[in-house]
Amino acid sequence: MIPAAFDYEAPNTIDEAVRALAEADDEVKILAGGQSLLPVLRMRLAAPAKLIDLGRIGELQGVRTDGDMLVIGAMTSHYDVQRDPLLNEHAKLLVMATDTVADPQVRHRGTFGGSLAHADPAGDLLAPALALDVEMVIAGPRGRRTVPAAEFFVDYFTTAVGEDELLCEIRVPKYTGWHAHYEKFNRVAQAWSIVGVAAAVRPDGHMIAEARVGLTNMASVPVRARGVEQALVGQEATPEAIRAAAEHALDGTSPTADGNADVAYREHLAKVLTSRAVSAAATS
Amino acid sequence: MTATADSHAGGEVGQARLRKEDARLIAGRTRWTDNMSLPGMMHMAILRSPLAHARINRIDASEARSMSGVEAVVTGADVADDQGSLPCAWPITEDMKSPNAPSLAVDEVNFAGEAVAVVVARSAAEAHDALEAIDVDYEDLPVVLDMSSAMTEGSDLVHPDLGTNASATWVFDSAEAGTGGSADEALAGAEVTIHRTFRQQRLIPAFMEPRSILVDPTGEQTTMWSATQVPHILRLMLAMTTGVDEHKIRVIAPDVGGGFGGKLQVTPEEVITFLVARKLGKPVKYTESRSESFTSAHHGRDQIQKLSLAADRNGTVTGLKVELLADMGAYLRLVTPGVPILGAFMFNAIYKIPAYHFSCTNVFTNKVPTDAYRGAGRPEATFAIERMMDELAAELGMDPLEVRERNWIKHDEFPYTTVSTLTYDSGNYEAATARARELFGYDALRAEQAERRRRGDTVQLGIGVSTFTEMCGLAPSRVLGALSYGAGGWEHGAVRMLPTGKVEVITGSSPHGQGHETAWSQIVADRLGVGFDDVEVLHGDTQSSHKGLDTYGSRSLTVGAMAVVQAADKVIAKARKIAAHMMECAEGDVEFSGGRFTVRGTDTSTSIQEIALAVFAAHDLPDGVEPSLDSEATFDPENFSFPHGTHLCATEVDTETGRVRLRSYVAVDDVGNVVNPMIVEGQVQGGLAQGIAQALFEEAVYDETGTLTSGTLADYLVPSAADLPSFTTDRTETPSTTNALGVKGVGEAGTIASTPAVVNSVVDAVRHMGVRDIEMPCTPMRVWRAIHGGAQ
Ligand SMILES: Cc1cc2nc3c(=O)[nH]c(=O)nc-3n(C[C@H](O)[C@H](O)[C@H](O)COP(=O)(O)OP(=O)(O)OC[C@H]3O[C@@H](n4cnc5c(N)ncnc54)[C@H](O)[C@@H]3O)c2cc1C
Repeated sequence: MIPAAFDYEAPNTIDEAVRALAEADDEVKILAGGQSLLPVLRMRLAAPAKLIDLGRIGELQGVRTDGDMLVIGAMTSHYDVQRDPLLNEHAKLLVMATDTVADPQVRHRGTFGGSLAHADPAGDLLAPALALDVEMVIAGPRGRRTVPAAEFFVDYFTTAVGEDELLCEIRVPKYTGWHAHYEKFNRVAQAWSIVGVAAAVRPDGHMIAEARVGLTNMASVPVRARGVEQALVGQEATPEAIRAAAEHALDGTSPTADGNADVAYREHLAKVLTSRAVSAAATS
Repeated sequence: MTATADSHAGGEVGQARLRKEDARLIAGRTRWTDNMSLPGMMHMAILRSPLAHARINRIDASEARSMSGVEAVVTGADVADDQGSLPCAWPITEDMKSPNAPSLAVDEVNFAGEAVAVVVARSAAEAHDALEAIDVDYEDLPVVLDMSSAMTEGSDLVHPDLGTNASATWVFDSAEAGTGGSADEALAGAEVTIHRTFRQQRLIPAFMEPRSILVDPTGEQTTMWSATQVPHILRLMLAMTTGVDEHKIRVIAPDVGGGFGGKLQVTPEEVITFLVARKLGKPVKYTESRSESFTSAHHGRDQIQKLSLAADRNGTVTGLKVELLADMGAYLRLVTPGVPILGAFMFNAIYKIPAYHFSCTNVFTNKVPTDAYRGAGRPEATFAIERMMDELAAELGMDPLEVRERNWIKHDEFPYTTVSTLTYDSGNYEAATARARELFGYDALRAEQAERRRRGDTVQLGIGVSTFTEMCGLAPSRVLGALSYGAGGWEHGAVRMLPTGKVEVITGSSPHGQGHETAWSQIVADRLGVGFDDVEVLHGDTQSSHKGLDTYGSRSLTVGAMAVVQAADKVIAKARKIAAHMMECAEGDVEFSGGRFTVRGTDTSTSIQEIALAVFAAHDLPDGVEPSLDSEATFDPENFSFPHGTHLCATEVDTETGRVRLRSYVAVDDVGNVVNPMIVEGQVQGGLAQGIAQALFEEAVYDETGTLTSGTLADYLVPSAADLPSFTTDRTETPSTTNALGVKGVGEAGTIASTPAVVNSVVDAVRHMGVRDIEMPCTPMRVWRAIHGGAQ
């Protein structure tokens, strides 16, 4: 299929990109890895007048430390996230979730920032980002602002990024020494999650000192399973304790039905997978 | 000019030769239709109906016509007089109802995806832009989607002019045919009866290369390149459908990237491109998108199968009754109505069933037409009977292999004429089963299964069995005639010795990934005693291979290669005559072996290459012998061939989530003699993946408006290597007695055998939890529901 005609611009800096966004009067779209946007254009489900390609902006690439935080450039590819030593050491949950995204071709093109900005509730990186309390740095005509993950995801495919703004960095607190697991449930290896559970725990001897749990595809936005987290804190990581905590997995969810799962099955999966994700994290 | 020295060592057949064609096919640096471009070529795009059933009140294309680059917009009304009705070659009954099937809808659309108008433009992008400017005024008509309700009194009709949604009902009864008793009587008097209804979900062939067509009308002949399995049938049908003379049409199937039956078709797109190019007098190319392919290329399977099996308490089957509903979709395409009939002969499978009744009603719905898809009729039949054998075993508390053995045809009973009238050539079910059992570790897995059940493990183990056979080598022409099929089942081949001793082989079968070039080279190299690399195989062009019936139904080797063998034998016979003349001896004294003709008992000899050169010079040929070493042959098989095998599948079912994991899979196939074991292995492995896909993953789903909701590869789940285990494959070899090569066919075996093996295994894993059946595909949600109750 062939997209409708569009104009194309590839700025070299964030400032240039912001200016290009401001100058565009017709509908404009940011192009990151194109792994979600191009199918939409090719199926002519959208026909923006202009694409602004972030691919040439060096500032948006790569992972660095900034004090207690890690900073991931929005255009860092899934492939680079998987192999980044800082993320592997301090934010393993993001790496493990990224390992489950699509296939090698898509992971070479698709980007971390693009996934968050796209905000597909079935996307695998949203729940880990939410669970880890990351912050999004958004650039726009009025300068930069920082939005916590809890306020970033607004609705299906909708985020706090305004029409004249772009997501430029993701700031991640260091979870050094935490254990993590991303439990993804899908039908074939390359598919999106039917349900996914992101779990990170800080062990203290046999006890769980702290826990972070996020759910994929259980609402129009990723869901933070605070009830589960609270039930885990101070508990020994026994199968019984974890299963009991997982009973809280549905707090704050509002799942929908599709061909792969109706609501009851999705809710059942959320509990089973929460228990499995926490167990795997706690025993890893 | 010197003749090539005889370099042939012999023994090509049986070797795992790397495939000649793979380098170009895998790299894609070849003549895929869409890779081709002609001077002045136009691009065509197709506007398709978004609605499943509607009247077309008006089409306004005025804006589209005025857009940049647009050469023409063509609607059904513009070609109504030329397009004819798309052919259906298989009127299964005399009173079969078949609607008029326009290539481009004229006043009504009958499925979402049906072609409504086309734009021809200088570029594909401009053609697609202009599609959006065409305004069609549709008036909704009632949509018929469900076969069972389509058959109820007072149902809305897909084609009101036909007065019914039933196209035809086809019946076979062994009591009437005199091949067995009455199934009804067997059921009435049976010690045990098993009744089940299975659903064969709708599948999409999902060939890798989308369909693509290029038509050049500028020469004396109109030439069509098409990504088709059937260039010869296509040429004939284009002539018959459009009225253009056959000798004015040339069809070329260049390299074709897969088909699985999905390109065994004469498509609306081919007819439209042909007509439009001729109308404009310019070359026109059309290549479909994946989404178009899913909503317009024919689908497969889609049957409801109601089975009743009668048996006695020791597991001997005494009768079988099969009642089918088969979804035709909106129109009858090339062999649509015949697909379930191909299955009619296979429900009795490898078993000696004394009484058999089969009936099938073909039903119209407002969906994409169905037609052949890998196995065509036989996977459906094999699935149903193999599921029933497992159910019988469970009912009687017997081992499923033991029940099968009690009923199957013993190896010393071949040839064996079945209750459904076919004569099986050869087989050894005992040997294949013993080998599969051993490779699988059957007894150890059964022990583990018992242990997991005892422990109440959340992951339960299931073992699935499929002992299958199928009929390959379509087909003896007289059998096709008896089934009212519109053509024969022969195949054509030719062999030409070139002056330098090289060989051109022409085959009427038309490969689209199978590896004919390699296998035919191996066969001809051995036959003529020339080198493997000295043979070139030409195919898929009605100009070079003027005659053929193409590739489907595992017929290429069993029928197509046999024609080539016969042509090669004619070359040898003629060369022998010339050799005798050259060596001044009697023809009867000439022996031929390894490419050399030798005077018996002497060391006087000459090579076939030397003879080829002598024939070219023609200076000294025997009287009355024409100066050529070319020959042709047409082979019509006496009978089908019947490959078989035993497949065993172990699955682990996660009872908490319903997820099925394939743990191990053993396939022991008997495909008769093997020409190239690597090609056989490839066919088996790919076939397994496709059959497993039906069991666990793939399903074409329509919503209540008749919109295909599994319209992309993100929703229609084709498994990849990551979703499948490493298969353990092996073979037994029981040569076919139907053809001189002793080959049986392997193109569909894996697909036919694996679906029931997997589903039997899943059901077996959770049978102790009260599950007796799980609808395909066995998705995690369905499996979980089956275990934990509640409506599926
Ligand atoms: C076959 C396939 C399988 C996939 N499977 C999975 C999977 O299993 N799990 C999963 O999570 N994802 C999956 N994806 C999606 C993949 O991860 C995408 O890469 C991701 O969703 C989008 O990232 P992108 O960089 O390609 O963004 P693009 O497609 O370029 O953009 C997506 C959207 O985000 C906007 N956008 C992008 N970057 C920015 C920015 N910096 N600021 C503001 N807006 C921006 C764009 O305008 C667009 O609307 C799959 C994709 C494919 C093609």
